[in-house]
Amino acid sequence: MQKKKRRLIFRTVLLTIMAGLVTYALFANFTNDDPVVAEGEQAPNFQLTEFGTDESKELKDFEGKGVMLNFWATYCEPCKDEMPHMEKLYEEYEDKGVEIVAVNLDSTNLVVKRFLEKYDISFPILHDKNGQVMDLYKVGNIPSSLFINAEGEVVKRVDRQLTLDKLEGYLKQIQPDA
Amino acid sequence: MNNKITCECGHVNPEGTELCEACGKPLTPQQPGQDNKNESLLNMRYDGSARRSQTYNRTVIDKIWNFFSSVKVGVWLIVITLTASMLGTIFPQEMYIPPGVNPSVHYEDQYGLAGQIYYQLGLHNLYSSWWYMILIALIGISIVIASIDRFVPLHRTLKNQKPKRHERFMRKQRLFGKSPSADTELLKQQLKKRRFNVREEDGHILAEKGRFARWGPYVNHIGLIIFLLGALLRFVPFMYTDDFVWVREGETKVIPSTEGQYYIKNEDFILETYDEDDPRYKEALQQQGGQVPKNYQTNAVIYERKDDATVGTDPELEVLKETHSKVNQPIKFDGYSLYQASFQQNEFSSMTFNLHDTGNEDNVHGTFTIDLSDPQSEYELEDGYRVVINEYFPEYELEDGAPVSKSKYPKNPAFVFEVHPPGDAEPEVSFAGIGRNIDPTNENDYKLGIEDFEMRDVSGLTVKKDHTLPFLGLGGAIFMIGVMQGMYWNHRRIWIHPKDNEVWVAGHTNKNWYGLKKDMERAFNDTGLSVPEDQQEIKAASEKPRAKEDEHGVKHNQQ
Repeated sequence: MQKKKRRLIFRTVLLTIMAGLVTYALFANFTNDDPVVAEGEQAPNFQLTEFGTDESKELKDFEGKGVMLNFWATYCEPCKDEMPHMEKLYEEYEDKGVEIVAVNLDSTNLVVKRFLEKYDISFPILHDKNGQVMDLYKVGNIPSSLFINAEGEVVKRVDRQLTLDKLEGYLKQIQPDA
Repeated sequence: MNNKITCECGHVNPEGTELCEACGKPLTPQQPGQDNKNESLLNMRYDGSARRSQTYNRTVIDKIWNFFSSVKVGVWLIVITLTASMLGTIFPQEMYIPPGVNPSVHYEDQYGLAGQIYYQLGLHNLYSSWWYMILIALIGISIVIASIDRFVPLHRTLKNQKPKRHERFMRKQRLFGKSPSADTELLKQQLKKRRFNVREEDGHILAEKGRFARWGPYVNHIGLIIFLLGALLRFVPFMYTDDFVWVREGETKVIPSTEGQYYIKNEDFILETYDEDDPRYKEALQQQGGQVPKNYQTNAVIYERKDDATVGTDPELEVLKETHSKVNQPIKFDGYSLYQASFQQNEFSSMTFNLHDTGNEDNVHGTFTIDLSDPQSEYELEDGYRVVINEYFPEYELEDGAPVSKSKYPKNPAFVFEVHPPGDAEPEVSFAGIGRNIDPTNENDYKLGIEDFEMRDVSGLTVKKDHTLPFLGLGGAIFMIGVMQGMYWNHRRIWIHPKDNEVWVAGHTNKNWYGLKKDMERAFNDTGLSVPEDQQEIKAASEKPRAKEDEHGVKHNQQ
C-alpha cells in the first residue's frame, strides 16, 4: 500500500513538473512579441534634450502629472497629421495637469527645425537622435502614443494615428484628480 | 489486496509479470500477441517484466500516466508531428516571405486558393504555433514516462535473474538444444575467455555479456530530453537573444538586446570581389557573368557603457575591443556574437554643390559640402553669396504632387535651396537632388550643380547570444552515446541446464543471432555440447503457411 502511495506521489509530481514546463514554454512564446512597455506597466524613465535648447528633460520631472508620450518623425505623414490635434488640446489640458511630450526620431536637426518653423508647436519636443528611448519603449511603427497617468502607469498605448475625439478621450483618462 | 504473483521457484513477482523474474517460468497462461500453442516461442520483450502502466489504472493520474506510457501513443504523436512538419514546408513560412508584404494578401497572390487556405489555417506560422509546440511537448512527456515505465522493471528483472531457469523457459527459447553430457569446467573457461560473465547455481550456468546495451535506448532518451530542455531554455531572455542592428559607417549605435550596455561604431564596411584579371578565376567569373563577392567585412569598435545614467543621455563609453566581423567570424564579447549578415550601399554621406551662373558653368561663385548626417541651415560662399537650405528630404519622393521624405536615411537626398546673391537682391529658389535640378520659375540667374558626393555603407549585423548550445551539445552527445550503446553491443545470454542424463542449452540475444551462435560455437568447442538449433528457422522452414506469424515473432524477440 505504502508503495502504491509513493508511486502515485511520484507520478503526480513528475506530471506536474512537465505540465509546468509546457505551460511556461507556451506562455513565454506568446508573450514574446508583445511590446515591453504594455498597458498597465510602469513607464520607464528616460532623459532627452529638448529640441532647440540645451535643457534636458526627464520623464520623472512630470511626476504627479498625466503625460502623453508621442513618438513621431518628420518623414511620417500620419504623425504630422495628428500634431495639430495635439497642439489644439495642449493648452487646455496643460492647465488640467496633463503634459504632452513629443519624442522626435529624426536624425538631423535641420529637418526638425524646418518642421517646427512651419507648424507652430508649443509643447516640448525631445530629440531621440540615437533611438535609445524608441528602443526602450520598443516602438516599432510610428506614430505611437502612450498615455501615462500621474502614478507613472501606462493607461493606454496606441500604435496608430489618433483622431481628435480619441485623443481627447485618452487625455481625459490620464487627467489627475483635481 | 495483494496481486503479487508467487512463482513455484519461490520468487515473488509484481502484478503483470509475464516471466518470473528469477527463473523465467511463464506466469500467464497466454501471453498477449502470441498464440498459446505449446511450441510457440516466449515473448522476451522487456524480459517479460511487468510494465507498471499496464497494471495500475486506478486514479486519473494513473490514467494520464498510462496514456503517455504507451509506445503506440508515442508513435502516433511522432507520426502526427512529422505530418504537420511536412505541411509547414509546402509554402514558405511567414518569416521567409519578402519583408513588408502583407501575408494575408501575399499567400493568395502567390499560390492562389491553396495559398489562402494555407494562410487561413495558420500554416504560415506553423512551427511557433501553440498546437505544434504542444505536440512537441507531448512527445517529450511520452518519452520520459515511457522510458521510466520500461527501464525500472527491466532493470529489476535483469538484476533478479537467476542462473537456474524453469524448464519451460528453456524449451521455449529460440536457441534451444540438448546434448548428452558436457565438460562444464572447460565450458566455463571458454565462456570467460569470450568475455562472458559466468554465474553458477546448483550446476546451472548463466553466461551473460553486454547487458549494458539494454540501457542504450534509455540513455538515448535522456539525451533527447536534455536537448528538448535546452530548446525550452531559449525562451529565457538571459539564455538566448536573437536581434539585428543596422549601423552606418561612422555611426556609433547602441547594440539592441544588451540592455543599453554595449555600443558599436562602424569604422568601415568592406565588400571585396574576386579579381576578374586573375587567371585563376577568370574563366569561372566569365561563366558567372558578373562580380562574385569574396569578403563581407565590418571593421568595428565595441564600447561598453560605464555610467549608469538614465536612458537617453549621452553614454560614457569605454573601448572594449577594436576588431572586425566577417561572415562566419563574428565579433565576440561577453557572451554576445555579432555576425555579418547584411549590408546596404545606397546611402549618401555628403554632397558637394557649386553655385554657378545659369548659362555658364565655368563662372563659379563658390562650392560647399553638405554633411548629410548634420546639414547646416545656411552656407556662406565667396563674394557674399549665401545658400540657405529651405528643406531637406533625405529620401526624396513625390507623393500626391508634394515632395516628401520616406525615411531619415539619405538614400535619395534632395534639397530646396534659397540662393542669396550679394546685396539685397531677392533670393532665388531652386530644387536639387540626385539626377534632378529644377528651377521652378525658369528665371533663375544661378544654378546649383552637384560637383561631388560621397557614399556610406550600412552594415547589418545579427546580435546573438546563445547559452543553450552547451545543453544542445550535451543532449546530442548523450543521444549518440545511447545510440552506440544500443547498436554496437548486444545483450547475449546462454543458459546451461543439467536435466537427468542430458544437458540443456538455451540462448537469447536482443539482436545479432548470428553473433550469439558464433559465440556458442567457440565456447562449446571440445566440451561435448552442440550448438542448439534455431527453432525459429526450423519452424519457418517446416510451416510455410505460418511464416507470417513467425516474422511477427522475430520482431517481438528482438525487442
